Amino acid sequence: MKKQTPWDIVQIARHSERPNIGDYIRLMCEDFVELHGDRLFGDDRGLIGGFATIGGEKVMLIGHRKGRTVEENIEANFGMASPEGYRKAMRLMRLAEKYRLPVVSLVDTPGAYPGSEAEARGQAEAIAHNLEFMSTLKTPMVVVVTGEGGSGGALGIAVGDRILMLQNAVYSVISPEGCASILWRDGTKAALAAETLKITADSLMGLGIIDAIIPEPPGGAHTDAAKTAATVKKAVLAQLAALKKLPVEKLLEQRYAKFAKMGQ
Amino acid sequence: MAWFEKAAEAPARMPTEAVWTVCPSCKAYIEKMAWNAADKVCPRCNYHERLGCRERVALLADAGSFKEINAQVTVRDPLAFKDASGAYADKAKATAAKLGVGEAVLTGTAMLDNIPIVLGVMDFKFLGGSLGSGTGERIRLAAEKAVALKRPLILVTASGGARMHEGIVSLMQMAKTCAAIAQLKDAGLPYFAVLTDPTTGGVSASYAMVGDLNIAEPKALIGFAGRRVIEQTIKQKLPDDFQTAEYTLAHGFVDHIVPRKEMKAFLAKMLRYAGCGKTDG
Repeated sequence: MKKQTPWDIVQIARHSERPNIGDYIRLMCEDFVELHGDRLFGDDRGLIGGFATIGGEKVMLIGHRKGRTVEENIEANFGMASPEGYRKAMRLMRLAEKYRLPVVSLVDTPGAYPGSEAEARGQAEAIAHNLEFMSTLKTPMVVVVTGEGGSGGALGIAVGDRILMLQNAVYSVISPEGCASILWRDGTKAALAAETLKITADSLMGLGIIDAIIPEPPGGAHTDAAKTAATVKKAVLAQLAALKKLPVEKLLEQRYAKFAKMGQ
Repeated sequence: MAWFEKAAEAPARMPTEAVWTVCPSCKAYIEKMAWNAADKVCPRCNYHERLGCRERVALLADAGSFKEINAQVTVRDPLAFKDASGAYADKAKATAAKLGVGEAVLTGTAMLDNIPIVLGVMDFKFLGGSLGSGTGERIRLAAEKAVALKRPLILVTASGGARMHEGIVSLMQMAKTCAAIAQLKDAGLPYFAVLTDPTTGGVSASYAMVGDLNIAEPKALIGFAGRRVIEQTIKQKLPDDFQTAEYTLAHGFVDHIVPRKEMKAFLAKMLRYAGCGKTDG
């Protein structure tokens, strides 16, 4: 079999049948109660969250939401969150802290929504405050990049104690297409940009950005969503079990050190 | 535009670069001496020209008080990045040599109107003020220095966003810098962000937007996504004032717009409201 290129992996990460947050909730959680709204403006459908029970473990689950049908995707804005999505995520993380629930964050977004309304309501401020808040969140947080980790829109819910990545997920500062059109002035150089940007799970592991790679069934997660969800569940529970043993001060110290050493 | 508001025509004599500055905004011809005396602010249209980091330090820090820290932190190249125009490491090295600054931010300790502070000033000329890992590291260390010295931190931002050439490592600088600022705030120390033209992308979505006070220069471009990207997304032309400092203030994301001439005095006053500069016996 020909070795997969980073660009091949981008295609798998974006596959329309790739398990989305709805699938993970259905396949991984015994219970899920969605909690709506940021209490300021609205309820983002591209970033959702709520109480969940995973393998008997009560958690706060948050994550980007991509749809499967056209209607779902329009409602979810293709997984591109608006400021109210990030603010809702912060509200739910605060609740998790108060109720001593760990946070599980599923990342799958092309990026934060680049629309004029999102700008008017402070997309930058919403993400920035989440970054600051998560760095001192007094409860364990496990992040799983399940599909596309699209830049600041991904990071806005991804400053956790452990960052896991599915084997065919990607995580990048800019889309390969965007990078190609800026640095190569040629959008068709996306495959080259994908390779140069080092955005695959293997590369991120090598760069010390992520903690573990979650394997996918041969052919990709979309070929067997149930099996993928079971693997994700096992990985998340193992991380939570380890993190829950740490006193909060230690947890925060380690989280600070984790990000401080990136690019040191 | 009324006739009397029209930009000045080019003077009759051939203008020379030695004598005239053309305002990048209103295209008026301004005498170079007047332009510099106004700290590169156009006397006709109030355009605030982008400043180099050392020019900015000279405007904010008391004379002779600035002492650079973190100079040992320079550009890193975690991806060994090459694009159509060559190797990133070479480009960065050439930029650093040309500008005489090792990264897109210059950090140091300083006095501002006799108040001890830690100051970080970004330089847009350094690869578009992009947030590389060296930039993020300098800001983290500056915040930690402020905690160690119990001083307020002031960051002057000027950036197009994350530095693509450093890929995911660049993105993580957003988390790192915000974490360091959170520690500083937990220590009860003030943090002011001064947003200058432009402050966008990953910098606006991290340390530029989490100041106790966010203060902007007039007409500075401030926003998350680029205008072209947004126009392509919504398939509409955006108004001229979109993402200006004035727009950002009207939408509730900056506290004050302060002209360059008044910035130092304003910051000193704000620092005093924040409890700094008291002589404690």
